[in-house]
Amino acid sequence: MDIKNDRLCGLYTTMLKIRLFEERIIDLYARGMVPGLAHLYIGEEAVAAGVCATLREDDYITSTHRGHGHVIAKGAELNPMMAELFGKKSGYCKGKGGSMHIADMAIGILGANGIAGGGLPIAVGAGMSAKWRGTDQVTACFFGDGSSNNGTFHESLNLASLHKLPVVFVCENNGYGISVSQEMHQPIKDIAIRAIGFDMPGVVVDGNDVIEVYKEAEKAVRRARAKEGPTLIECKTYRWRGHHEGDPNQGGRYRTKEEIEAWKEKDPIKRLAQKLIVEKIILKKRLTALEQEINEEIDRAVDFADKSAFPAMEALYEDVYVQEGEK
Amino acid sequence: MMRMITYAQALNEALRECMRQDEKVVLLGEDIGRYGGIFQVSAGLLDEFGPQRVMDTPISEAGFVGACVGAALTGMRPVAEIMFIDFSTVAMDMIINQMAKMHYMFGGRGRVPMVLRVNIGAGRGTAAQHSQSFHALFMHIPGLLVAAPSTAYDAKGLMIEAIRNDNPVIFVEHKKLYNEKGPVPEESYTIPFGQAEVKREGKDLTIVATHAMVVRSLGIAEALAREGIEIEIVDPRTLTPLDKGTILDSVKKTGRLLVADEGHKTCGVAAEISAMVAEEALYYLKAPVLRVCSPDTPVPFSPPLEKAFIPDEKDLLPAIRHLMEYV
Ligand SMILES: Cc1ncc(C[n+]2csc(CCOP(=O)(O)OP(=O)(O)O)c2C)c(N)n1
Repeated sequence: MDIKNDRLCGLYTTMLKIRLFEERIIDLYARGMVPGLAHLYIGEEAVAAGVCATLREDDYITSTHRGHGHVIAKGAELNPMMAELFGKKSGYCKGKGGSMHIADMAIGILGANGIAGGGLPIAVGAGMSAKWRGTDQVTACFFGDGSSNNGTFHESLNLASLHKLPVVFVCENNGYGISVSQEMHQPIKDIAIRAIGFDMPGVVVDGNDVIEVYKEAEKAVRRARAKEGPTLIECKTYRWRGHHEGDPNQGGRYRTKEEIEAWKEKDPIKRLAQKLIVEKIILKKRLTALEQEINEEIDRAVDFADKSAFPAMEALYEDVYVQEGEK
Repeated sequence: MMRMITYAQALNEALRECMRQDEKVVLLGEDIGRYGGIFQVSAGLLDEFGPQRVMDTPISEAGFVGACVGAALTGMRPVAEIMFIDFSTVAMDMIINQMAKMHYMFGGRGRVPMVLRVNIGAGRGTAAQHSQSFHALFMHIPGLLVAAPSTAYDAKGLMIEAIRNDNPVIFVEHKKLYNEKGPVPEESYTIPFGQAEVKREGKDLTIVATHAMVVRSLGIAEALAREGIEIEIVDPRTLTPLDKGTILDSVKKTGRLLVADEGHKTCGVAAEISAMVAEEALYYLKAPVLRVCSPDTPVPFSPPLEKAFIPDEKDLLPAIRHLMEYV
């Protein structure tokens, strides 16, 4: 399969947008403007970008505590995202959810999740729902290597395969669950082999190569849409930052500087940029301009978030139950 | 010898002492090894006791809590850490259907001497899946003991007692207390379960307070003492068993009762204590019993909403004033 040039540029734009958004959060977090926890996705952008590029707007995703990349790639807008991270009323969740809970039903974002492994059964449910409702919508389910040990992983893959549900399970194997390395949390090297036990295809891809991710996701989505059942895609990647912001040594307690540096060499964004330039798909000038455009969009989002009001006190009691007549 | 150490350090000492004394005491949990637990309660224990006895578990709460039940039934004394109480839900079958009732169900054959460490409390901007205070849920389940230390001293004494106790204990810590310092003896000591402590004596009004509400109540009591209002503060220290005697004695003395707990108001700790006092000391009361708790909403993310959510001085003071209107 050959990927068209504008598709490549799209993948690049998405990855860059995620990266620049996340880099801005580092700064905002350090300045105390983003409360709570912020788990950054820097280094893993190719996964979200590659997978979501194969989805339609009416397809679904379930996301994780490290969800900014997933939702941006699925089409979330930066203004309400940033406002949510600031805890403002104009945020995606009216300031009630914060970084870990961005949701937007209108574009199929079924919520980022603070529970490791919590999203998997929900993705299965969305898959069942599509089947019951007779649509051809697909659900992509993101989760980490650490979360793949939770019972929900096994129960979900079993259900999805049993009923040939249109779900694509995307394991983001960044080598760690907080401080525990993959060797210390599971006896297998490739999580994809677990697919065998559920009689579904399991593939390993270089999660820092957005084109590879895109190709495998495209196949899996096509299979799901054709009602042939789920796929497990394991993307090998790495997070550059600590588990969350505020971790002063960026994970130095459990991994070496050399390891982090070696992975930075495999930067998925630089990698695609090189290809785009070498193959003359895009001019370097255009890439620089793109960066500036995105940064301006982020500036606007920060400004929007900053100027937005905090929710009124009454909001504390709103949305606990659906009110009659509420849309 | 007494020295000032933090609540987290006091817990750490208790674990260390018990592990030194009894090889059957083992620790399990996510990121408790090299990382020392996200709140540093198990810091340094891996170095002293090795990975056999300080086990970093995969993310699989049902799995490792259930494994503790099995280990406890067969002679060990496991202490498991659930990173936040919120994630105990993943293991609820193991806690409620297995751990809590085996001793009873088997007619006294077999015992489950294990400790499940959890923490509650909002105030860190971590929204509705990392800030809950649903410790009352465990009081509802016969067979479980529920500890609730509010000071470093109590934390150490109760933890040693919990580990030596032959029943399953849910050990409820409060994340805003981990860094609070208090005087703690170097040597080993235990605090028996079911013994409340009067943290401050007074004759005008009783506050039965738990966890951080003890600290918040003490602050207010000092301020009101300057106006001549003498508040007595009773800390139950364990919620199951509950020291009814100390609470009733205090209420009989003061005639006014306020119950302050960070859990939700409905069906919470405060509801139980209020009902108990209504049953057993109604005619000593000069005023209705009041409860200061969290509202019946999930924990909001946005800082001003979260602040409004957390029961503190702004809620305690009007309640005290109201009670003092009754003569
Ligand atoms: C059920 C549950 N247990 C524990 C946690 C605490 N926790 C949050 S993220 C995390 C590690 C997740 O690792 P992984 O799934 O590999 O995702 P990554 O952080 O690497 O993206 C843990 C243990 C949680 N959120 N939910």
